[in-house]
Amino acid sequence: MGELLRVAWAVAAKDLRLEFRSRTAFVSALVFTALVLAIFNFARDPTAVSAVDLAPGILWITFTFAGMLGLNRAFGLERENRALDGLLLSPASRTALYLGKVLANLVFVGAVEAIALPLFALFFNVPILPVLGPLVLVIALATVGFVAVGTLMSSMAVNTRLAELMLPVLLLPFLVPPVTAAVQITAHLFSSRPFSEVSGWLRLLVGYDVIFVAACILFFESTIEE
Amino acid sequence: MNAPFPSPAAPALAVRAVHRSFGHVRALRGIDFRLDEGDSLAIFGPNGAGKTTLLRVLAGLLRPQQGEVLLDGAPPGRTDAAHRRRVGLIAHYSLLYDGLTAAENLSFYASLYGIADRRAAVGRALEGVGLAGRADDLVGTFSRGMVQRMAIARALLHEPRVVLLDEPFSGLDQRAAAGLRSLLMRLRAERRTMVLVTHNIDEGLELATHAAIQVAGCFASFGPVNGDLAAYRARYAEATAVRG
Repeated sequence: MGELLRVAWAVAAKDLRLEFRSRTAFVSALVFTALVLAIFNFARDPTAVSAVDLAPGILWITFTFAGMLGLNRAFGLERENRALDGLLLSPASRTALYLGKVLANLVFVGAVEAIALPLFALFFNVPILPVLGPLVLVIALATVGFVAVGTLMSSMAVNTRLAELMLPVLLLPFLVPPVTAAVQITAHLFSSRPFSEVSGWLRLLVGYDVIFVAACILFFESTIEE
Repeated sequence: MNAPFPSPAAPALAVRAVHRSFGHVRALRGIDFRLDEGDSLAIFGPNGAGKTTLLRVLAGLLRPQQGEVLLDGAPPGRTDAAHRRRVGLIAHYSLLYDGLTAAENLSFYASLYGIADRRAAVGRALEGVGLAGRADDLVGTFSRGMVQRMAIARALLHEPRVVLLDEPFSGLDQRAAAGLRSLLMRLRAERRTMVLVTHNIDEGLELATHAAIQVAGCFASFGPVNGDLAAYRARYAEATAVRG
């Protein structure tokens, strides 16, 4: 177990160091986030639909597509000089390689979300502070499932010619359950309805995380080896 | 995981009737050979003969569709990690990250191989390829020859018993090539098993104990090096003319 965590940490630290030096994906994700929020903000008619009704969907569209930019890079950077072969040549457990990639992606997506959330509150004038605790919990739960599945799909897409196009095609169908649940819970939170009303959606999010994290760990080796 | 204790009778590397295809292209068609500890094999052949595919199969990056590769008598599978620990590959590509420094790249690989004293291992590896002075420079700023030296340092970092080399001299200047030649001679003296793919017959025969000519996925010839360069050149010309 210690060996597994040590290798996972080495992979995550390497990916984050590379991203910190280039900042390519992070800056792209932030620019994308700001643009999406600005466009939705100016495109909506506040007299027709209230911000509170529109905001949950926009928040999760933004998180999903901004996060995908990071997921694309997760294995994209292993294509450089065929570094992926270097990982596969090593005796490191494939589970450790997967967990390392997941960890780096969680940090990446989490950082994007941490910047996007205040921007979202600013653009849509939605009071997030009173519901910040439950909102962060929902974001964390949805992000874990999103990143777990996205990392696996990124490893499948990396060896295809159009990896950047393939990832959304592979990933989006799997994101319907957690994103729907996250939107529903967020809508309830923004309209100040009791948290107990969304316990079913919350269970769905937790169940999705448990099932898909386990399944992705199980399937990673067969997707990454030739 | 520790490598299983090798059987004293087992060859260091045994390849049995290995086949590998990509769609309709049959890249390897029944490759068969064995090398004992300390043997080194030079493989010559025209482009498209399947030499790189063979090295990738030996390294465990590709699985043979038929046949098997045994290291010290053990097939890969449950012992995959032990198999990988014993093999080092110098490939066409460096397998390095341009955005990391030389030391960071090697330190990362040392973590993957579970090397205990990473700093010392990285220092030795960089010293061995003459890049100790560039440890803190990004690999992306290196020349082609320096990248190739880094690739050699990466492949030998974990001191593999079987070293696979795919055109290792490409991109090296004369001085670096001489350095690599003496490094390979040292590995031979340390009784490591080597498989070297090269187009340079002189160089290959100088470094190897055995030589093979690979044409269209098969070995057209395999045997110990006898030092008769002219005869070997003639055999190579004949094999590639007939079967190429």
